[in-house]
Amino acid sequence: MYSFELKRADSVASAAALLGETGGKPLAGGQSLVAAMKLRLAQPGTLVDLSGIAELRGIRKEGDHVVIGAMTRHAEVAASKDVRAAIPALAALAEGIGDRQIRNMGTIGGALANNDPAADYPAAVLGLGASVNTNKRKIAADDFFRGMYETALADGEIITSVSFPVPKKAAYAKFAQPASRFALVGVFVAQTGGGVRVAVTGAASAVFRCKPLEEALAKNFTADAATMVKVSPDGLNRDLHGSPEYRAHLVSVMAARAVVAAG
Amino acid sequence: MSVQLSLTVNGKPVSATVDARTLLVDFLRNELALTGTHVGCDTGQCGACTVSLDGRAVKACNLLAAQANGAKVVTIEGLAAADGTLHPMQAAFKECHGLQCGFCTPGMVLSAIDLVARHPQPDEKTIRAELEGNLCRCTGYQNIVKAVAHGAAAMAK
Repeated sequence: MYSFELKRADSVASAAALLGETGGKPLAGGQSLVAAMKLRLAQPGTLVDLSGIAELRGIRKEGDHVVIGAMTRHAEVAASKDVRAAIPALAALAEGIGDRQIRNMGTIGGALANNDPAADYPAAVLGLGASVNTNKRKIAADDFFRGMYETALADGEIITSVSFPVPKKAAYAKFAQPASRFALVGVFVAQTGGGVRVAVTGAASAVFRCKPLEEALAKNFTADAATMVKVSPDGLNRDLHGSPEYRAHLVSVMAARAVVAAG
Repeated sequence: MSVQLSLTVNGKPVSATVDARTLLVDFLRNELALTGTHVGCDTGQCGACTVSLDGRAVKACNLLAAQANGAKVVTIEGLAAADGTLHPMQAAFKECHGLQCGFCTPGMVLSAIDLVARHPQPDEKTIRAELEGNLCRCTGYQNIVKAVAHGAAAMAK
């Protein structure tokens, strides 16, 4: 790992100031960032540690929304009574991220800012039509994810929390790559106040909504309806784990499984 | 660039100034000579470096030492009693032959203790799912799973 300077922030305001002064990167749980730095894929000159900022932690119910602080760990989301009661699909998704040790460190804000093409959380955020709150603004999920490891966040902008509207029903089904446990294809389906939403992770360069599945499930929210949809392989990933056609097929299959799981 | 650290390791207060890029596992092994925490894959996958950070099992090769500032860290060296009596989970691994080469064992034991804290009476399925982040290069999983069940029962006494 290249040398860097570490600064500790005790408030969002001081973290923003430190990021502005140094042009550094925020450090959340570090479960992707530290690994990337070890491989020299990332080489920030300064890291601003957010772990001491109490206002970024915690889960609360606000009307028909569940609001999760950016530095809340995956294991905390998975175990949260509020999340399990209001959006069980979100708790189940969090419980399936990485492994226990990763869930004990990794945070929702870090995962979203990183926007790994095969990460689980982006599927929930996009599938539920959540909003990502930062120290500067509120960003709708549909505007947040821009491409591979790319988001709408500006330099120095810090995610403070994520606000999830409670859906009528929802579920996430993941076909995990057997070695890494990342999603080869993961599909989040939700019946929301704004209609049916289907978000797909792992299949392309970034999470995306699958309109053909959304239209089919809006008419008929059944596994059969999902299975009948022929998803286009155009633009899907090709690697040693699977062809675009294989992933396209998996998208319908996992959508069908998610519909069953949603009940 | 150096950074100040102050934490508790196996019940003892530790203060140090380290290079900011020092990993927790390197700090434990090289600075504190606690070599029971192993480096297996060094990529956050195998779990041989698992330690307890404020009661949570984490991978010390995927953490900066600075991220443990102010925390209570427990390594495999901190589990046995002062008179050398093994922790019930350590004793269970010994009794059930839950190790072959022993390389993964410190991480397995630390993960198992985290597991039992949340699942006091884990069934086999739970144990296997919860140990997903710990790999045994000898593939000795049968006896590891037995040992964890045994250790959980012993910890409940």
